[in-house]
Amino acid sequence: MTTEHIVVVGGGMVAHRFTEALRARDTDGRYSVEVIAEEPRAPYDRVALTSYFSGKSPEDLQLGDPALWRDPLVTLHRDSRATAVDRDRRIVTVEGGREVSYDHLVLATGSYAWAPPTPGADLAGVFMYRTVDDVAALRGWVEERRAALGRPVRGAVIGGGLLGLEAAGALQNLGAVSTVIQFADRLMNLQVDEGGGEALKRLIEGMGVTVRCSTATKEIRAGKDGHVGSLLFADGGEQLVDVVVFATGVRPRDELGAAAGLELGARGGVVVDDTCLTADPAVSAIGEVACIQGACLGLIAPGNTMAEIAVDRLLGGTPTFPGADMAAKLKLLGVDVASFGDAFATTPGALEMVYADPVNGVYKKLVLTDDATTLLGGILVGDASAYASLRPMVGAALPGDPAAWILPEGSVEKGEIELPDDAGVCSCNNVSAGAIRGAVNDHDCHDLGAVKACTKAGTSCGSCLPLVKKIMSTELEKAGIEVSNALCEHFALSRAQLFNAIKVAEVTTFSEVIERFGTGRGCDICKPTVGSILASLYNEHVLGGDRAALQDTNDRVMANMQKDGTYSVVPRVPGGEILPEHLILIGQIAQDFGLYTKITGGQRIDLFGARLEQLPQIWKRLVDAGMESGHAYGKSLRTVKSCVGSTWCRYGVQDSVGMAIALELRYRGLRSPHKLKLGVSGCARECAEARGKDVGVIATDKGWNVYVGGNGGFTPVHAQLLVEDVPDEDVFRVIDRYLMYYIRTADRLQRTAPWQQEHEGGLDEIRRIVVDDSLGLGEELDAHMARHIDSYEDEWKAVLNDPVRLRQFTSFVNAPEEPDPTLAYVPQRGQRRPATSEERASGAVLIAPTTLEVRS
Amino acid sequence: MTVTAASSVASSRVVVCDYDRLSPELGVAALVEGVQIALFRLWDGSVHAVQNRCPFSGAQVMSRGITGDRGGVPTVASPIYKQVFSLLDGSCLVTMDKEPVAGAAADLVVYPVSIDNGQVIIDLAGGE
Repeated sequence: MTTEHIVVVGGGMVAHRFTEALRARDTDGRYSVEVIAEEPRAPYDRVALTSYFSGKSPEDLQLGDPALWRDPLVTLHRDSRATAVDRDRRIVTVEGGREVSYDHLVLATGSYAWAPPTPGADLAGVFMYRTVDDVAALRGWVEERRAALGRPVRGAVIGGGLLGLEAAGALQNLGAVSTVIQFADRLMNLQVDEGGGEALKRLIEGMGVTVRCSTATKEIRAGKDGHVGSLLFADGGEQLVDVVVFATGVRPRDELGAAAGLELGARGGVVVDDTCLTADPAVSAIGEVACIQGACLGLIAPGNTMAEIAVDRLLGGTPTFPGADMAAKLKLLGVDVASFGDAFATTPGALEMVYADPVNGVYKKLVLTDDATTLLGGILVGDASAYASLRPMVGAALPGDPAAWILPEGSVEKGEIELPDDAGVCSCNNVSAGAIRGAVNDHDCHDLGAVKACTKAGTSCGSCLPLVKKIMSTELEKAGIEVSNALCEHFALSRAQLFNAIKVAEVTTFSEVIERFGTGRGCDICKPTVGSILASLYNEHVLGGDRAALQDTNDRVMANMQKDGTYSVVPRVPGGEILPEHLILIGQIAQDFGLYTKITGGQRIDLFGARLEQLPQIWKRLVDAGMESGHAYGKSLRTVKSCVGSTWCRYGVQDSVGMAIALELRYRGLRSPHKLKLGVSGCARECAEARGKDVGVIATDKGWNVYVGGNGGFTPVHAQLLVEDVPDEDVFRVIDRYLMYYIRTADRLQRTAPWQQEHEGGLDEIRRIVVDDSLGLGEELDAHMARHIDSYEDEWKAVLNDPVRLRQFTSFVNAPEEPDPTLAYVPQRGQRRPATSEERASGAVLIAPTTLEVRS
Repeated sequence: MTVTAASSVASSRVVVCDYDRLSPELGVAALVEGVQIALFRLWDGSVHAVQNRCPFSGAQVMSRGITGDRGGVPTVASPIYKQVFSLLDGSCLVTMDKEPVAGAAADLVVYPVSIDNGQVIIDLAGGE
């Protein structure tokens, strides 16, 4: 089969989706793809552009697996602009004169940022908001002006739509004061109605952004220095500004198609049919440049749908565009806004049901059919938590009283919703409720991981996971498959249930726990779980009472077991700050005991190859010098990583090391369902990689941003913003509650990222609980953490003072000093490592443990 | 508790330690004529002895595993990769989808144990 050549003009998100989908589905290699991209970088996530201001680098915005661009059937030309299309010869001309021939052409040129013709729009200090380069230039300008002016920069955003509010948020993040100038009578007039616009305005103003609606900008005037200086309005008003951002909408970049003689829509855009094909069977158009069903669509979801449709058609399928889902849920300046379906009640006879609470800044509206049963659309401002459940229900009957969905939680009982099969659940990956049910019923996916792997639902942003879990559980129940949360054969309870039971019953030993809540004698699953719960609740020594026998491999001896049964020892180095004398001591101990030494990822030092009977001797030397256990072995706080921060760094804005030490000393020894790692960065450059941690704290000019639920490991996840610009004491309180709430409610060995994703209502609900105290749990969580902090003791020191517990640290009960004779090592790069079985068999030069006796 | 008759071959029976030295549910290792053994005193007072070498890693660590039961059978789990073994006959009950290291059987050798005059005695020759 000959390979046909597809040329894609445009290197945005839709071009990426097209290329990715084609390469994923064209398994026979029928097509090769050449992408001509104008920007100097591979396609990136334009929707997340604003996150560039909260410290992300352009690389963080990269879309998908970069391996796509190394695929031999894919060629990406960056910094390359197509200038003409010759449809007769099937040739695209690229800037510089190069000609590229195609069998099929895909126009994915997207849009450009449009600004109304305004005198002064060419002054220095006036910006657009469309590309990474735009936002980088804006950031550079604001930082430079702040330094030059020695006062906060005054910013104005012209345009109060979605992008305008994003831009205003970006200016705020950069420390500028910002005003939004909106021509229409309300903010986001395309998505929300008057009531929603009012609520939105109040909320946005509450964030410190000034809002001027019904205002036309007549002119931008220069200041004395020749840069942008003020805005003159049509009503005669004037406003001083140091930077202006235009966010007044986009227009399709259809000039290439127009010049090639393709038909354009009335308001621009290359006209395509429902399969994204133009009148020329060798040319498709997808994304914002396509005029489909009479309109150009400026959202990513319909763009991705068009990319998938074009791929499907090229591979012989017969897809058609289902109509645009213009539903949107956003968080702008920390404010939830969602709009879906027939939000403006244009359906004849449609009823609007509205709940507004101006005090708390909430506005919710449902649009229903004239019999008040079928959901047509809605608007949610200030609290959009119902969006995930409601959006897929558009066109279906809402069970129970619809008011339950907009009234405050608990005031009216919500009906149980049963999503229709074709209701979309995961909009990132276009997965329907039916597909999830199919995975459960036809593909035997009986847990969330299996459903995710099978359908791809929830694998991108994860916001639909609570819903996916709910649909899965309902199906399993219907099929009579018991959804077992049981810990193991000894406990029918889940970890969270068991935690609660132990807490309420106030039992303190494993024997009592298993007698009251379980059966049998326990096992290697439930014993460590109960050990961890008891430690979280009472914070008594892990080896005290009957608890030593509960602890897993590492906790049992407070060191990390390695493959040959010896241990590694990690003393705590809070925040990574270490005294030279401690560094020297660690080196001396390593030399004296012949330990292999390695720096860990958590900014401390790991000493490997210590035998069980050597642990107390090593600890004693560390403890005598004022060091303590680093809990590297525990399902507990590991480290708080930090950058050097404002005390030394030229760029730091807060003392990140001081904060990291405070956090590490606060949470040291805290037992949890899984290990906990924290990070603190002293500025938005984020050198401590805090967003890869369970809790990441990042300095701002005004305080700290706290991010939660980041994980490295097998499935890396970036932490999400919990609170912004808070002072030290709020950082502690919010993290206290977040961690305690996690400890109480997570499953066994469930890290914070999946816990947060699967929590009912996601992060928004967790924020209500730990920040707004919606469950009234705050004081209890605070008190619990205070008890933990007050009762902390160094576990190593406590064992050194206890002869009974020390007996556990002998090699042999009948030969306490005798080292394990089977240990064997070989030298490597000046240290030692365990010998492999081949090396043992070959009798290579081995180091026996007896030659490793402590040096005098 | 497995009590072996005093008439068995006396030379292979070795006194290891005092019974009181064993903590309930907390194993210890013993070095008996060059052989490493894991000793467990369980909740009911019974004492069990198995090989200390974990078949799935080759490390001498079984004494540091968590004891418990599976369906009433007393067990110990390897602290390395968590395979579960019966303390009654040494059979491997849960392999965790792993193979033993080259040359090793998946099951543990079990040694007869007796308590005599407060002392724990192991019959090395009786291992199976």
